[in-house]
Amino acid sequence: MIVYVLCFILFLTGLYGVLTKRNIIKIVIGLSIMEFSLFLFLSLIGYINQGIAPIVVDGMEKARYVDPLPQAMVLTAIVIGLATNAMLLAIAIRIYRKYGTFDVRKINSLKG
Amino acid sequence: MEIILSVILGFMIIGAIFALNAKDLLSALISCGVVGYGLVICFLLLKAPDLAIVQIVVETITLIIMVAVVLNSTREELKEKTQIKVNDISYINTRYIINIAVVLVFAVLLLYFFAQAIDILDPFGWHKTRMSTAYILDAAAKTGSANLVTGVVFDFRGYDTLGEATILFTAVIGILTILRIKSKKV
Amino acid sequence: MKGMTSIVKTVTRIVVGVIFIYGIYIIVHGHLTPGGGFAGGAIISGALILLVLSFGSDILKLKGREEGSSITESIAILIFLVLAAAAFLLGTKIFFNNFLPKGKVGELISAGVIPLYNIAVGVEVAAAIFTIFLALIIYKEEVSK
Repeated sequence: MIVYVLCFILFLTGLYGVLTKRNIIKIVIGLSIMEFSLFLFLSLIGYINQGIAPIVVDGMEKARYVDPLPQAMVLTAIVIGLATNAMLLAIAIRIYRKYGTFDVRKINSLKG
Repeated sequence: MEIILSVILGFMIIGAIFALNAKDLLSALISCGVVGYGLVICFLLLKAPDLAIVQIVVETITLIIMVAVVLNSTREELKEKTQIKVNDISYINTRYIINIAVVLVFAVLLLYFFAQAIDILDPFGWHKTRMSTAYILDAAAKTGSANLVTGVVFDFRGYDTLGEATILFTAVIGILTILRIKSKKV
Repeated sequence: MKGMTSIVKTVTRIVVGVIFIYGIYIIVHGHLTPGGGFAGGAIISGALILLVLSFGSDILKLKGREEGSSITESIAILIFLVLAAAAFLLGTKIFFNNFLPKGKVGELISAGVIPLYNIAVGVEVAAAIFTIFLALIIYKEEVSK
């Protein structure tokens, strides 16, 4: 059970990064850490003691396989995480080109 | 098994805490890489080789892109003040305290739901495959593929793969539109 | 964007072919060994990124137009949709069905339509990641000049 608690602490660390930091690159790093903790949690749920990888080999039909369904979900989620990070970095490049800084509190040219 | 996973998770947590509090942006990115590569070792210990291959390549590509973006811009990190001086009397910065308080409120709220979820889950390693028994017994015969994860991803749950290909395509179109890249005829 | 030193260029000439062939091997054997379309596509894009990073962006100007990777990605996802819709017209009237014959488990030609899906997804993922890299790193400099 202690692995579940450590995974939750990693999630809280990522949440701290998203909520409190001012730099936009730190916000992207925090979001990435939150996603890693979720991938690990989904893989931890499907593990069976002394199981083997889910590949069928001739001669071992009734072996104990690790659950393949959470692995299929995480496979899709990893590539989606890459797409999200890439779009956030494109927005960060645009912000730097226009304002000259990465600070999220100074991008307020609609005020005043 | 639990002890090795706990040690690696401990390294990942230390790397994550350092990545968010570093003063130089390049050091923060390298610590983020530590978290990603530790995850690859965890995937190999949990007997998931497909995920390990995808995660190691995607993590390397993400690090390359982020380092290039940071090196083309600024490298400094903005300092957060904990005490303000007004007329030579130092007050405590209220924004700093409100930040910590909001994070603690969210942490307590999530901890309550996490405790309820842990009661329902089986202990680590004793997973009862309620839904997957039908998939494991029939996958090799019905789909014909020896790799069960590929059979599930492309045959039983093919719509999820179609949706994911659409998301990648939309992300590429979005990036080309945000940066306003037009093609040049040579 | 300038290239790197001559040591890096010599090693790249030797290694890039090996990485490319390894990526194709993981895509084609996706239904027998661990891997599949996404892993192989990412490895092929890694080989292309290595080529651009070590020789500079002049290597892209060998072709006439510079947006070939974007067109490749669109064609690959179109092939994926055509394969999924082909099951609707031939055979049974179900969208996304596995309609080619499934051979013996464990051979290279087996598992119906799954190897074709693997190839289409692999080409699409490789072209998408390479287009993202080009848009964020190389085109960005040429726009701001």
